[in-house]
Amino acid sequence: MSELAHGAHPQGFAHQFEDMDQQRDAGRLGMWVFLVTEILFFGGMFTAYTIYRALHLPAFVQGSHQLIVKFGATNTAVLIFSSLTMALAIRSAQTGRKKGTIIFWLILTWLLGAAFIGIKLRFEWYRDYLEGLIPGVQWFYNGPHAPGVKMFMCFYFFMTGLHAIHMVVGLGILTVLVIMTARNKFSAEYYQPLEISGLYWHFVDIVWIFLFPLLYLIGGRY
Amino acid sequence: MSTAIAELQESPAESRVNYLNATYGIKSWLLTLDHKRIGLLYLGSITLMFFVGGMAAVLMRLHLTEPQGALFEPETYNKLFSTHGIIMVFFFLVPSIPATLGNFLIPLMIGARDVAFPRLNLMSWYIFITGAALALYATLSGGVDTGWTFYPPYSAAFSHTNVVAVALGVFVAGFSSILTGLNFIVTIHKMRAPGMTWFRLPLFIWALYATSLIFVLGTPVIAITLFLLGMERILHVGIFDPAVGGDPLLFQHLFWFYSHPAVYIMILPGMGVVSELITAFSRKKIFGYAFVAFSSLSIAIISFIVWGHHMFVTGQSIYAGLVFSVLSFLVAIPSAVKVFNWTATLYKGSISYEAPMLYALGFIGLFTIGGLTGLFLAALATDVHLNGTYFIVAHFHYVMVGGAVMAYMGGLHFWWPKITGRLYPDMWARIAAAIIFIGFNLTFFPQFVLGYLGMPRRYAIYPSEFQVLNVMSSAGASILGIGYVIPLIYLIWSMRYGKPAPPNPWGAKGLEWTIPSPPPTENFETIPVVTEDAYNYASGAH
Repeated sequence: MSELAHGAHPQGFAHQFEDMDQQRDAGRLGMWVFLVTEILFFGGMFTAYTIYRALHLPAFVQGSHQLIVKFGATNTAVLIFSSLTMALAIRSAQTGRKKGTIIFWLILTWLLGAAFIGIKLRFEWYRDYLEGLIPGVQWFYNGPHAPGVKMFMCFYFFMTGLHAIHMVVGLGILTVLVIMTARNKFSAEYYQPLEISGLYWHFVDIVWIFLFPLLYLIGGRY
Repeated sequence: MSTAIAELQESPAESRVNYLNATYGIKSWLLTLDHKRIGLLYLGSITLMFFVGGMAAVLMRLHLTEPQGALFEPETYNKLFSTHGIIMVFFFLVPSIPATLGNFLIPLMIGARDVAFPRLNLMSWYIFITGAALALYATLSGGVDTGWTFYPPYSAAFSHTNVVAVALGVFVAGFSSILTGLNFIVTIHKMRAPGMTWFRLPLFIWALYATSLIFVLGTPVIAITLFLLGMERILHVGIFDPAVGGDPLLFQHLFWFYSHPAVYIMILPGMGVVSELITAFSRKKIFGYAFVAFSSLSIAIISFIVWGHHMFVTGQSIYAGLVFSVLSFLVAIPSAVKVFNWTATLYKGSISYEAPMLYALGFIGLFTIGGLTGLFLAALATDVHLNGTYFIVAHFHYVMVGGAVMAYMGGLHFWWPKITGRLYPDMWARIAAAIIFIGFNLTFFPQFVLGYLGMPRRYAIYPSEFQVLNVMSSAGASILGIGYVIPLIYLIWSMRYGKPAPPNPWGAKGLEWTIPSPPPTENFETIPVVTEDAYNYASGAH
């Protein structure tokens, strides 16, 4: 459609815009606004968590002890590293590097994201299942502060689950980006989808940067 | 579709090709990326929802003609008012003006070919339809009895109705609001025509910009709240339900953090429409443009810090109540600024009374009553007496129906010739506007009195001394119902039999009136360059 209407414009140009700059600005602003809604989305959950933590402090500390810090810490490192590789993918597109380089960084990012989810599933959630720490599904815990620990574990699963859903969406986006790069959709002039996907990926990382201390660390055990 | 656009661009004789007849067939509508067609898709869907919600209201009012209840069991009555509230709030009022008129008009008013993200726009509609279908399914297969507010414990394990399905419907529809708001914000920021500076924008755009801010900032919070509510029911864990260790007050805080701003989602676009109508039919520049524009923004901002006034009697601390009371009074300032500016615009204007203007004038009067009674409820002491009574019901219906719906009807009549390219019968439109005004007041004014006398809301039965006022209210509701059916008939009639509309039937200012009715698919042959302020009526009218 765009090619019919504005044959002279570069690839990736959408008909409703006047020029490429306008399109780039619009895409960038759109993603930022979307991330603001995401902050509010997670924000409701963080608020509820904070209030219940204040109301049931000993139980939440006890609940935090059910988590294994070393896996959380590993995953934090994995995610931070994936943010670096994502940034490098965008940088290679921006500086007009070969598409092989871009694809390399994208696939590395994808693998790191998948590693995060793998660790989460295999070493954390699966173990929680075996040990009966999943409220409403498999619940054996009968130590101190049982009702409050149950509430903590609820929030743990809601928050990390919601985060994991965002990770899976991110992996889907990365897959699309790899295909687009392979089909020569990007150049030093047009790499906007890479850039705004990068914003999303970094945002998902930052959410984890808040989740990790809130859930794993501030229980008073280091 | 692409070939049609190509033809439109290539052929010089394009005056008869417009967005309605450029392509035909169901597929050309269901897959359209044109903001104008998407606006019409919304128009059809929310009209359906309006009449479903309206049916529930009519049945409620019929039931309440007798003190012991004329028709239903109390449980059925609970489901009726819940259905009415949920459908009207989430599936009619919230999307009403933004998704229909906003979608249609924003690109036309700012001089753009489309919104910034047309695919996202279509996706929003599909998300809305999915949410609406879920809510309708849940209603037809048993309904809910929680009220539209879903307060625990009414919505916790205590209720055996379809709470999860309805909450999911509202949750899903919320994403449609978020994406629409996002699209509008980016469109208004980035897609304005050359010369269309912020202070030349029509006030309708300012109002929708403020509304979009609330969409984007508020809706995610209700989404996560309903998610937690659903999870609590599905997994039987304690989050909000006090019986299993949850805190119901937290639900109310989170719920009203969205739902109070949502009130302004419903009224702000209406204020934008009225600003357009008042200037067009007074043939005068708006009085105090910048004040009206910034009052929209300040209403949006203040709306986020007043939610506690819904919780004066539900266990919130008295000090929080004090602060929320003072903050709630603040909303009156920008609202009054608007009313005074509209009135000052009318002063010495060349006023004419076409149907849209009747709705606009009705809006000013009814919104003023609704707004002033809001002050009674923002004051702690009077709220303790009035909370949970019909006074509240009357107050918010004056704002939501007397305000938002009146403005929606006014806007629909004002831009109908532009949307369809047809004129509707003006006499019928004026009669309908008068019937709606009379029916509305007869329905809801008695409810102020009922509430003041102490009749609680949400009850299926009432003491017999309240019967006269209840019968008055029910009689008004049937008049109001007729008032809404008449426009449905003549507007549909006009789509086929109405006289063809000229580009600018009202002699109004604004870019949307400079292009043919109905507009071509690409809106503007060449993007216009704007050289004058909005509402520059002085140049031609006298």
